[in-house]
Amino acid sequence: MSSTAVDTAQSRFLCLKEQHAHNGTLLGFWIYLMSDCFIFASLFACYAVLGTSTAGGPTAADVLDLHGLAINTALLLISSVTFGFAMLEMVRKRKGAVMLWLAVSGLLAAGFVTLELREFASMIADGAGPGRSAFLSSFFTLVGTHGLHVSVGILWLIVLMVQLGKFGFNEANIRRMQCLSMFWHFLDLVWVGVFSFVYLAGVLR
Amino acid sequence: MLEPTSPPAARSFLFGRLTLDSLPFLKPDLEGHIVLVTFLAVICGGLAVLGLITYKRLWGYLWREWFTSVDHKKLGIMYMILGTVMLLRGFADAVMMRAQQAIAFGPNMGYLPPEHYDQIFTAHGSIMIFFVAMAYIVGLINYVMPLQIGSRDVAFPFLNNLSFWFTFWGAITFMVSLFVGDFSTAGWLGYPPVSELQQGPGVDYYIWGLQLSGVGTLLSGVNFVVTIIKMRAPGMTMMKMPVFTWTSLCTSGLIIATFPVLTATLFLLSLDRYVGTHFFTSDFGGNVMMYINLIWVWGHPEVYILILPIFGIYSEIVPTFSGKPLFGYSSMVYATCAIMILSYLVWLHHFFTMGSGADVNSFFSLTTMIISIPTGVKIFNWLFTMYRGRVHFTVPMLWTMGFLFTFTIGGMTGVMLSVAPADFLLHNSLFLIAHFHNVIIGGVVFGVFAGVNYWFPKAFGFKLDEFWGKASFWFWQIGFWLAFGPLYIMGFMGVTRRLSHFDNPALQPYFIVAGIGAALIALGIGSFIVQIGISILRRKQYAVGGDPWDGRTLEWATSSPPPDYNFAFVPNVHERDAWMDMKKHGYQRPLEGFNDIHMPKNTASGVVIGVLSFACCFGLIWYIWWLAAASFVGVIVASIVHTFNYHRDYHIPKAEVNAFEHSGNWQDAAQGANA
Repeated sequence: MSSTAVDTAQSRFLCLKEQHAHNGTLLGFWIYLMSDCFIFASLFACYAVLGTSTAGGPTAADVLDLHGLAINTALLLISSVTFGFAMLEMVRKRKGAVMLWLAVSGLLAAGFVTLELREFASMIADGAGPGRSAFLSSFFTLVGTHGLHVSVGILWLIVLMVQLGKFGFNEANIRRMQCLSMFWHFLDLVWVGVFSFVYLAGVLR
Repeated sequence: MLEPTSPPAARSFLFGRLTLDSLPFLKPDLEGHIVLVTFLAVICGGLAVLGLITYKRLWGYLWREWFTSVDHKKLGIMYMILGTVMLLRGFADAVMMRAQQAIAFGPNMGYLPPEHYDQIFTAHGSIMIFFVAMAYIVGLINYVMPLQIGSRDVAFPFLNNLSFWFTFWGAITFMVSLFVGDFSTAGWLGYPPVSELQQGPGVDYYIWGLQLSGVGTLLSGVNFVVTIIKMRAPGMTMMKMPVFTWTSLCTSGLIIATFPVLTATLFLLSLDRYVGTHFFTSDFGGNVMMYINLIWVWGHPEVYILILPIFGIYSEIVPTFSGKPLFGYSSMVYATCAIMILSYLVWLHHFFTMGSGADVNSFFSLTTMIISIPTGVKIFNWLFTMYRGRVHFTVPMLWTMGFLFTFTIGGMTGVMLSVAPADFLLHNSLFLIAHFHNVIIGGVVFGVFAGVNYWFPKAFGFKLDEFWGKASFWFWQIGFWLAFGPLYIMGFMGVTRRLSHFDNPALQPYFIVAGIGAALIALGIGSFIVQIGISILRRKQYAVGGDPWDGRTLEWATSSPPPDYNFAFVPNVHERDAWMDMKKHGYQRPLEGFNDIHMPKNTASGVVIGVLSFACCFGLIWYIWWLAAASFVGVIVASIVHTFNYHRDYHIPKAEVNAFEHSGNWQDAAQGANA
């Protein structure tokens, strides 16, 4: 076989220049979030089935406090907005502003978790703990799993702030910001479900 | 042993509820002696292996080249080894059950007390699914899929290593239960109320072993989907992907959509057991059916997670050994996607008898029947591929033909079970046992052996011995029918599953035949091990180049075994069966002009996180709270430390690539072009 034919076959079948692998992290993280959706879906399904199984104990209308909920929800939703500001400042490469907005988002989320824990503590003190009935088991598990996610998000946010402070806006850190941003908004979205399906529907029921 | 109904407190700070009484091999009865002998055998065998590794000074090599490796090929091989070791464990359980049922009639109570027997069938089922079938599937996808799409590794190499260690420590959790405490007696799906608090640590072994391996599997699923979507070679559009890659994609999709449900369900069960919630209890509003629905929302797609990649394996083997392209590629792809979606809509057929009513039962009955249509499409595609082809009866092809025969019968008994009124008679009978072994052995196990025989030369550079391969096939094929034929018959007569003793002596001959079948299967497994051993001894004689079978897809375009970087140049794809296309156009392997190749570095993080997770689970099982808390914090710290490592890749210099491309172990990679 002549060398030109070989050359043609080679360039036809081979990428003679090194390819840059596409970065799949954002897609992968998004798929992870979808799988997390299935965990929440299972917990929502449990609440749908068990939400009225109060076993003679308190009902949703008895124990849920809509005033506390309003503050709680406001904190979480505003933290999503402030996280959005952090992402915008990252595009402008303004590190100080990014750190500031991240800190504000973290504090708002911490406020959310604190209020939620206070609500849990007062319910348990009133004898409406997770072991009282299947309704309360599913309530604490669904709301608590969301709260646990928010807490993990706060821990992640702190670690990322340290890394941004130390290493600046390198490629990995920008990617991590984008992932955490998705995580943060995802938790907001799940909270909208919890808010409507557990609290509002529960009080009406 | 009955536990109090509220979560019992740990007995001592240091050891939780773990006491000397928890060690079954110290018990002076027959059961204790059986466990003691097993324990001593495992200790001696384990010490021998560890001693040999130390004597040969292999620890450093194993650590650097295997344990910390992020190479998809090495991880794939480690999954296959794990699967094989666990197959021996799961099969030992099967032999014990067959022996018990063959002798326990009338006054003879057999050698296993009911409690021990219950642990054995629980362990057999969960080990075979999670640590044999799943390990084999993930191993084969890991090894083959990135090569088939012309990629250098998976999308997240570190995550791949971490997945393996989660699966590994999940398996270890199950193994530890043999010697420390008891295993669950609640069956492979751990139905409450049996799995609620009245059961001791056995159920916790089950829960945490599955949680570990479940997280590992989920991460693998995400990894494979991103790899297939993002890392295909240029020109390889979706409809040019090899069918095994397609089925890997669909299986990974199912993993992502179902394993979180398993995680959530086991999480709820553990809340019931640890903090006294009432999800699945019989009182305080708990609902057992909630568990049964949730576990089968995972459990039914799980069987398709197992079988889809196996269908992919057959779809690679049949065209290769028939010497023509796969018949009906598009219909194969669409059938796979249809099965993927339908598999989510059939779960209720596992409990037609549990009071859902005629309307709901009819819906699930119909969806179950419908799913047999795309499966039938596949069977015909394979048959038509063979039709007028030049069929070579190699070992992989024998397994494939054994599958076509066996699996089709298993599929038809499945359609029988899908008829809800018939299921009222057959539910929980030995007919059901025979049916699902028919599809899982006849489908998944046969497919794994077909795949191992097919791709072994690629992974190690030499073929497996034909004689012992054929012996293994025939022992399995005949042994399978002897072992499960009698179960079909007895199931029709109404014999139920999970019994450790029978009163009716007329049944004994059937169980003896089934026992003989199990013995033949044992010979089949033995032949497989001999096959591997002999092939290793004769590896020079059986040595092959890159393309020993005149293959069609890209994994055959590189050396056997492939270099770390898989392909010196990433292939450019124009047709389906890309490698066949290259061979037809007179492609010749380039020997110069190489570039530096960008690769991920090895890391010890996966090993560390795996060990700490196991310690955490062990602490939770035995209420050793300090251990659980400390190792949980350890997992988080180790994960955070890992993220501070920003230097995760390196370049293989072109001189090294050049040296490999000129060394001998892949010289005839393009032989097919000249043949």
